[in-house]
Amino acid sequence: MMRSTIDYSYDGSYVGLMTVIFEIYKGKQSPRSITSEGRLTNDLFTQYQFVPTEERQATRVLKALRKKMTTVGMANLFKAYLSEQQGVELQIYQMVRYVFSQKMNVESDFRKPYILLVKQLARKVDREVHRMHAFVRFQKTKDNLFAATIDPDFNVIPLIGTHFEKRYADQKWIIYDVTRQLGLYYDMTDLKTIHLEQAYLTSEKRINRECLSEGEADWEHLWKTYFDATNIKERKNTRLHLQHLPKRYWKFLPEKTF
Amino acid sequence: MNERIFKKLSILADAAKYDVSCASSGSRRKNSTGGLGNASKMGICHSYTEDGRCVSLLKVLMTNYCIYDCAYCVSRKSNDVQRIGFTVREIVDLTIHFYRRNYIEGLFLSSGIFKSADDTNERLIRVAELLRTEQNFHGYIHLKIIPGCSPELIQKAGTYADRLSINLELPTEKSLKKIAPEKNHKSVYQPMNFLKERLVQSKEERKKYRKSPLFAPGGQSTQFVVGASPENDKEILSLASSLYRDQQLRRVYYSGYIPIETDSRIPMIQQPPLVREHRLYQADWLLRFYGFSVDEIVPDQYPDLDTQIDPKLAYALRYFHLFPVDVNTADYEMILKVPGIGLKSAQMIIKTRKFGKLSFAHLKKMGIAMNRAKYFLHLPSTFIRPQYTPKDIKSHILLGNRKPQQQLTLFGNP
Ligand code: SF4
Repeated sequence: MMRSTIDYSYDGSYVGLMTVIFEIYKGKQSPRSITSEGRLTNDLFTQYQFVPTEERQATRVLKALRKKMTTVGMANLFKAYLSEQQGVELQIYQMVRYVFSQKMNVESDFRKPYILLVKQLARKVDREVHRMHAFVRFQKTKDNLFAATIDPDFNVIPLIGTHFEKRYADQKWIIYDVTRQLGLYYDMTDLKTIHLEQAYLTSEKRINRECLSEGEADWEHLWKTYFDATNIKERKNTRLHLQHLPKRYWKFLPEKTF
Repeated sequence: MNERIFKKLSILADAAKYDVSCASSGSRRKNSTGGLGNASKMGICHSYTEDGRCVSLLKVLMTNYCIYDCAYCVSRKSNDVQRIGFTVREIVDLTIHFYRRNYIEGLFLSSGIFKSADDTNERLIRVAELLRTEQNFHGYIHLKIIPGCSPELIQKAGTYADRLSINLELPTEKSLKKIAPEKNHKSVYQPMNFLKERLVQSKEERKKYRKSPLFAPGGQSTQFVVGASPENDKEILSLASSLYRDQQLRRVYYSGYIPIETDSRIPMIQQPPLVREHRLYQADWLLRFYGFSVDEIVPDQYPDLDTQIDPKLAYALRYFHLFPVDVNTADYEMILKVPGIGLKSAQMIIKTRKFGKLSFAHLKKMGIAMNRAKYFLHLPSTFIRPQYTPKDIKSHILLGNRKPQQQLTLFGNP
């Protein structure tokens, strides 16, 4: 049925990826690879076929999938995409193809390597989301905004908003992914996606000291005081400590940097 | 900022740290008023101490002044330490400021006993009340109830708190009398049982009317000090299991006794019994989630847990005749009993095998610890299972896995 193999490229969005999948089905040309535009390699022998994002076509794919899968299964596909792992698009496509080819819901046939991979990636992304719920540290700014910078392993910004919106309903806050330069801003009514000017950030990618409210350093110091006092030195277990609190998160934690 | 607050926080957090519970899970409280905070079912650890313990709550004592003299406690009356106390307002402020910065899930408040049990309880409850009413705070609150608490105060505490705990401290009355002479189990069980009734009742009410007020939605818990008295693991686990069953506790915590300053009422130990404590938690986990009974984990001939290997492996070696298990046909309950297979993997197996047979390679890819599981599994088309004895398996696993041995050097004699 599939005629030739093609290297597809797309704009990097999920809607874009779903459009590619639509194209594959329509043109009956199976993919050799699916790559986000931002990641194309400059090799002379690969001819990429760029698929422009089409909301309507993507929706058709997602709608058809929804009939074959549970909401959890659908969410896992999206999370696997957010893992940004090299080559994940092709695995997602393979899973989608398998799901469409079967009568019953096969989303938990973990004997299939691509289904297992999607599940395992989704789990990793979930863990990073949970870690962000835990390790985000707000600093209060002069204009009464609670701001935090993060540098997560995966693109979790689309997944963490609701938790913070529910919890911090009565304060304005910003959470900013410094690597992807993508953030969330909650103004006590709406949640918006934002981009922050470099000027607000230090070279360590934290919020500039000048922007912070007076006394903010005292609260961080107080927190550090608490953290130190709660330690039981007779029980010291560095291996366990690092396993739960990997070093790459430390630079955003006042208890580890102050 | 006032310098004294640093000092208070440092002393009163230090004195509270031996209460090992820091869980913020098991409650559900929505931020329904558009105020501050909520309690999530899973709980969140916002940081980890250098010993790898979860830091979830601001855990402090109201004061470390105490009229009691419990031998295992830093704050005991006969111990020469500086006494200090927070005001109600100071704790409220700390909680709110820490919470707004996402440092914590909420507050765990306990106290030394000043004047009487109920005087102390009242003050603790006052903090929770202010947080809920004045501050519109919906984050997690765990209040310690001092033994001997009156029913009215328990009622009030449950209105504001997510979780309440009354510590049994030692597994038997006899040990308690010796080590904490002012305490007795009756003064613990009375409020515990009252609280249980109220929790059951409030659950019923909420089934009928979804809007009826929350009452300690995170339930109740308790703690024992382990290693300060002579009870064996079987006694401890039997008690825990009866507390889960009869008092319907959500959690029992085991706190390995940490030698603070020698008190002649407690045997001298060099190192806290951390491995034993760890094994007790593993056993407790098996009781609550894996459907094991106390007798399966600690039979009469072996009333203490094996410190070298985890209790699930120990069980499988003792009940060797029940294995090998065929993951393609066995019940979920039996699959759960295979060493190396956890809750998540067991569920994955059940889901996947509907589509076809699972092989060694499938299981390995799913992340199952095959280096342990392989001795207990019957799999199609894999290697021929050699005739191992339980003893061989134990030594194989211990050799292949250095970690438990390293941990063993952590402590001298239990
Ligand atoms: S009652 Fe006992 S355990 Fe509690 S603070 Fe006083 S001495 Fe310590």
